[in-house]
Amino acid sequence: MKSVSIIGAGPAGIEAAYVLAKQGVAVSLFEKSSSPLKNIADKAFLFPNFAAATDIVEQMNRKLLNANIAQHLDTDIVGIVREGEQGWKLSDSHGNSYYSDAVLLATGYTPFDAHRKEELGYGIYGGVITSLEMEKMIRYNQIVNSLGEKPKRVVFLQCVGSRDEKTGNHYCSKVCCVTAVKQAIEMKKQLPDTEAYIFYMDLRMWGQHFEELYRQSQQEYGVRYVRGRISEASGTFDGRVQIKAEDTLMGLPLKMTTDLLVLMVGMEASEGTRCLAKAAGICGEYGFAQSSDPHLGDCLTSQKGLYVCGTCKRPMSINDVVNDARAAAFAILEG
Amino acid sequence: MEKRFWNEYQKEIADDHYFYERSCIRQTFFPGSEAAFLRILRDELGKDICDNPHQHTCTGIGYHSDVVPFETTMTVVARLFSLMTECGYENYVPSCVTSFGVFSEMIEKWENDPKLLEQARQYLWEATKREFKIPKNIAHPSDIIYKFRFDLKPKMKYQLVNRFTGKPLRVVEHIGCHYAKIFPDRGVGKAEFPYVLAGMIEAWGGEVIDYPERRHCCGFGFRQYLVQENRGYSIANTKKKFQSMEPYEPDFILTNCPGCSMFLDKWQYTIAEMEHKTYDKEGYGIPVLTYEELTGLLLGYDPWKLGLQLHQVQSERLFNKIGIAYNPDEKYKGISGRLLPRPDRPECLRQD
Repeated sequence: MKSVSIIGAGPAGIEAAYVLAKQGVAVSLFEKSSSPLKNIADKAFLFPNFAAATDIVEQMNRKLLNANIAQHLDTDIVGIVREGEQGWKLSDSHGNSYYSDAVLLATGYTPFDAHRKEELGYGIYGGVITSLEMEKMIRYNQIVNSLGEKPKRVVFLQCVGSRDEKTGNHYCSKVCCVTAVKQAIEMKKQLPDTEAYIFYMDLRMWGQHFEELYRQSQQEYGVRYVRGRISEASGTFDGRVQIKAEDTLMGLPLKMTTDLLVLMVGMEASEGTRCLAKAAGICGEYGFAQSSDPHLGDCLTSQKGLYVCGTCKRPMSINDVVNDARAAAFAILEG
Repeated sequence: MEKRFWNEYQKEIADDHYFYERSCIRQTFFPGSEAAFLRILRDELGKDICDNPHQHTCTGIGYHSDVVPFETTMTVVARLFSLMTECGYENYVPSCVTSFGVFSEMIEKWENDPKLLEQARQYLWEATKREFKIPKNIAHPSDIIYKFRFDLKPKMKYQLVNRFTGKPLRVVEHIGCHYAKIFPDRGVGKAEFPYVLAGMIEAWGGEVIDYPERRHCCGFGFRQYLVQENRGYSIANTKKKFQSMEPYEPDFILTNCPGCSMFLDKWQYTIAEMEHKTYDKEGYGIPVLTYEELTGLLLGYDPWKLGLQLHQVQSERLFNKIGIAYNPDEKYKGISGRLLPRPDRPECLRQD
């Protein structure tokens, strides 16, 4: 393989680009934003070991500098087509064309737009925020309610836009459970007197150390867990948020007020993923890209010379994304 | 409330040529509302609306209380549609929110199960030798007032503004559960934040109160009320709503459902009797208006011809805030011009 175009400069695209470039492949990396790693730029710490996101970003950026990678920032790839037997042609929104022997789709995800769950009041009540906004608050040590005051109680709600018939997303977004646990711990580290509640359907602690983190959150930080989904959120007279839920372990309806309601938004296929997967004929469920085989060909596709990695296929954690990117790079090298 | 985006969803509402179906209970509890709606459509908007004398119940209350079987309700709905078909109309306008829900449900079932539709046609034919067409459009009358709210505004004598302070009146709007909670796409603004009444309030100068129990049931709930032993649930629901709205000090409540209007109005007396508690500061209660009554009032219709004297909570203080002219001496004057006996004043609820 002489040349590879990689679309998307997130952790997946950068890791694959680095591996391929180090093996002597001519790599072109396309990113529609003006800077790489947009989705993790505002993260504070990463589960399960609370690694600083800034360190990960820094290491990733170093990889970009230390390998011979042609970066094309502010370049929105909108077209992908196979040219003859051997190569692929990409085109951007300005009409420019780019040719390569292979293409790796690493177009990633987009966070679920919480406005779509209007019963939860996002965009209506200042006290309702998303997990992305909470992450920023944690990072900059500014966890405040809608009035700019220190919150007395923070409620996290799992599965917003995931495993949800109403929004049409039946799949699990995989990372939200442990992210809520991690954010609740971070919040308690900064504000020990603030109550933390996590409302969940079931907690999917699938990764190494996740279960321990879950236990630690209860034993060391006093995070409280309620099994039940929140049916509605409303603003109160004093600027707080009233929530209604059913505690399914107690078998009782529940109503409480909170200063902040954090919606743990899931992952959806990004616009780039939807558009390019469709154009290339590898569109899978829910707009994600479809690999050719989930066991032995998860980075391959039905199109020769077209590869996929990371969250353009399905929700994944960052460590899984990085491993998947390396797998994709070796699949490309194998041809 | 920071952003309002739910009003972006608009349902299809026919422009003209409506077939009106009256409610079983509204003419008893709000005797001027339906007449006001017909007057507004015909005289103010110049619309064609058929008020057929052969109409009857939709069975909604019995249906939702499990005393009327589905097949009966389906056939009754089919007969009502046959009246519309015979009169040459295609746009059905049921006065009651429960009826609106029943018709929407039947059409949904027929669309998903053509055998059921055939069964309905068969039952109707066997019982009455009638045939029917499914309406092209079903809209609740509040949808129609909402649709023409800006056409009505220039004709209005009054706005929803407190004439003493110059500030917008603060209004609680309550939407009947069967308006959009069963089929969200049948309601303006969908189920979570229906905009049908809020749109009227905002267009006519008022301010909508967004309080925590805004979406909670009024307390009617069919079996909650119809079975006497369950009435504690009914009044507990209503009380929960009033407790929630109390800090916002609403000037009045606007509703689009017969049950909601009745219960939010009349349970105020019961709560006051039971607990010596009213949810306004001065012990008068919070007036509850139907959207037809509100529209009529702002258009300058006589409040007594709209039937406002028949509400439990009296509205004179609201008239004074808006500046609505009324003659207190004619409050209990009947159609014949003779004064009717004045009802007893409740001790627990103040009246001027």
